[in-house]
Amino acid sequence: MKTLSEINIGERLEVILDPVSRMDLIKYSGASGDFNPIHTVDAEAAKAGLPGIIAHGMWTMGNLAKLFTPYYDEGLIEDYQIRFSGMVFIDDVITLRASAEREENDSIYFAVHAINQKGQPVLKGKVKFSKYA
Amino acid sequence: MYEHFKGSVSEKVKNTVERGLVKRFAESIGDPHPIFIDEEVGRNSRYGNNIAPPTFPRIFDAGKIDGLNLPSKGLIHGEQKYHYTRPLVVGEDIYCWTEVQDYYEKTGSNGLMGFLSVKRYGEDSDGKLIFTEEAVTIITEAVRKAMKV
Repeated sequence: MKTLSEINIGERLEVILDPVSRMDLIKYSGASGDFNPIHTVDAEAAKAGLPGIIAHGMWTMGNLAKLFTPYYDEGLIEDYQIRFSGMVFIDDVITLRASAEREENDSIYFAVHAINQKGQPVLKGKVKFSKYA
Repeated sequence: MYEHFKGSVSEKVKNTVERGLVKRFAESIGDPHPIFIDEEVGRNSRYGNNIAPPTFPRIFDAGKIDGLNLPSKGLIHGEQKYHYTRPLVVGEDIYCWTEVQDYYEKTGSNGLMGFLSVKRYGEDSDGKLIFTEEAVTIITEAVRKAMKV
């Protein structure tokens, strides 16, 4: 495992998730308290005009943060900003990615993305990871 | 339709960063890292205890804005933004409240859409701000029709 200091600008952190399952979303509903049924119940998703249940945007955003979890000894996520741009369906294979763009005053600025198996973006945003002195 | 709520602020609500909830939350986002879960790793860390993942404040009760009732269905989560001064530590009490930042409407390909921007704050028992959480929720025309507004 690299330390954060060993990550060069231009370098990428990446993880590919297992295909999204209904159980993933049931667990997130329970853990987060967001029981909106379009995330778990087919009939409710259909009523909302969706082709199937969709993941909570916050489930994907929560997953993405794990790219930075190994570095909490060195600093913290000071800013984490996401714009949700596409829906995540059951069986989608999501790739989570963070690209180190620049370093300034002991902070590393990352561009973050999540894309599905078709290469379509489902969310994108920014992370400012600030290192402890 | 929500313009007049701009600037409204809720009461403060006490929340506890509960160990069991942090564990379950970390597992539910596929991030059961020892810094969140393993007590010994937490004790030996620079934080002296386990910490919570950055999106954990999702589960906090940040109070209610009087009269602001969003529909339970059909909302689109557009944006989410966190700012931290330090990570949340397991076992601590966090006092949270909500402020309506903005509401505006735009006409797009799906008709008239409303954008509601809400900011939540969390401070520790010393009154020090630990995090803010901003969410932009999009209210679509279909939802507005269903609400008959």
